[in-house]
Amino acid sequence: MKHRFTEYVGREFISLAETMGTAALMLKSVVFWLFRSRFEAGETAKQAVTIGVDSLIVTALTSFFTGMVLSLQTGISSKNLFNEPLYIGTMVAFSMVKELGPVLTSIVVAGRAGAVVTAEIGTMKVTEQIDALYTLGTNPTRYLLVPRYIAFMITLPLLTVFADFIGIIGGCLVGMVKLGIPSSVYFDDVFNFLKVSDFLHGFLKTFFFAFMIATVSCYKGLNTRGGAEGVGKATTEAVVTSMVLVMVLDYFISAALVAVGI
Amino acid sequence: MIEIRNLNKSFPDKQVLKNISVDIKDGELFSVIGPSGIGKSTFIKCIIRLLKPESGEIVVDGQDIGRTSDEFKLARVRRSFGYLFQEGALFDSLTVLENVAFGLKYLTDIPKSGYAKIVREKLALVGLKDVENLKPAELSVGMKKRVSLARSIAAEPKYILYDEPTTGLDPVTTGMVKDLILDMRAKLNITTVVVTHDLNLALEISSRVAMLYGGEFVEVSEPAKFRRSENKGVKEFMEISHLSRK
Ligand SMILES: Nc1ncnc2c1ncn2[C@@H]1O[C@H](COP(=O)(O)OP(=O)(O)OP(=O)(O)O)[C@@H](O)[C@H]1O
Ligand SMILES: [Mg+2]
Repeated sequence: MKHRFTEYVGREFISLAETMGTAALMLKSVVFWLFRSRFEAGETAKQAVTIGVDSLIVTALTSFFTGMVLSLQTGISSKNLFNEPLYIGTMVAFSMVKELGPVLTSIVVAGRAGAVVTAEIGTMKVTEQIDALYTLGTNPTRYLLVPRYIAFMITLPLLTVFADFIGIIGGCLVGMVKLGIPSSVYFDDVFNFLKVSDFLHGFLKTFFFAFMIATVSCYKGLNTRGGAEGVGKATTEAVVTSMVLVMVLDYFISAALVAVGI
Repeated sequence: MIEIRNLNKSFPDKQVLKNISVDIKDGELFSVIGPSGIGKSTFIKCIIRLLKPESGEIVVDGQDIGRTSDEFKLARVRRSFGYLFQEGALFDSLTVLENVAFGLKYLTDIPKSGYAKIVREKLALVGLKDVENLKPAELSVGMKKRVSLARSIAAEPKYILYDEPTTGLDPVTTGMVKDLILDMRAKLNITTVVVTHDLNLALEISSRVAMLYGGEFVEVSEPAKFRRSENKGVKEFMEISHLSRK
């Protein structure tokens, strides 16, 4: 019994170490090819569209309603406490810009674009298209991974700025209609207190999230086994892993940024 | 020249290649036959290291790539190979034109404006025309195979490895592909390895035929000698092939 337990733990550790090893090798090769390969402009643009543009509407809806509900809740609480809605713009803007904008956008992108990337690369893996790349003078890192990394790293920060903006607008709308705050007051509350470093705090985090989502999605895709069933499994795993890691990373990166004063 | 020495390849549950040694000389047309699931695809995948053997040497033009993990060396050696995948492995996000032209971009200095003409030529060689703008999903199995064939020869490599070049094709196209394989070798002196379970094709086109059975080459000889082989496995395989032909 005891023996079996150690065996189980041992096996899990070995497989974890293997995963880290393969992922590290993949990262090394991505960094290597990032600076050396002929820039695959067409493929990168195509990916930026799949990852970025196609996530616009979902991102807009998510952040719009989040801004609205933030405004509503803070407004109500503030009314209960102080008999009037105070600093609603400040509350909404801080929450959106530092946390909810980056995190929710990352989750949307992990769910939508991350899934697409894993499914596509996974399908290519099980149908030997990845092997075919090697036989035609290129390799999957150059042709598939580098463009996707670049696309994630460009689009996720931009989408986040867009989400921040939409969220603040959503908050303003509820403030005006439901709480009776004039938009000028709302925006004064936003801009009198929000500093560039607050914006940077959220903005910088998205680069880490983008890098992580690209790594998880590509890794899961490249290591897909077992036909169409395997592709489905890899995709689910990639999305779940990315979403959980967004939350986990969010805490640690926030803590690190706070420590350096951003 | 491809020199293979003591090649061993296993999958978790079984050893597929056992200590295989063979030299494939320049200009040769070497065929490997054997029943389904015996390890033919595994063998040619090892040659260009799409699979890594547990042990053994694979020396291509003096460079041993058998066990190396030097990606550059591998990439360099692979450049002299064309490879036809058993299932085609066409890129399904690209059109036929883009698929066939794919290697030209990475393997040759031909300007982009020259691709269309080359693609048309290669497609004609496999009996296809006016399919350039279709996606692989819009092709039949046999058409996919032929587009894939055109892709593997497009850059006119020094070596070509064909995994089941005629499976899934009708007799007319089979003849066409057979002529193509022979032509490529005759005109450009391309060293060719064909993996197939079609004994008659192998005997007809090859300079040497090897029979893979139980992880080993139980017979390696010229077609005429191969037909007279005393090996039990070869005899059985020939009998069955003849029966199915009638
Ligand atoms: N990735 C793999 N993992 C585990 N086993 C494998 C793998 N690839 C092949 N095998 C096993 O190795 C054996 C040889 O497979 P291979 O594809 O080389 O056969 P083949 O001779 O090409 O067959 P066919 O004529 O049907 O294409 C098979 O029994 C197969 O089950
Ligand atoms: Mg095979």
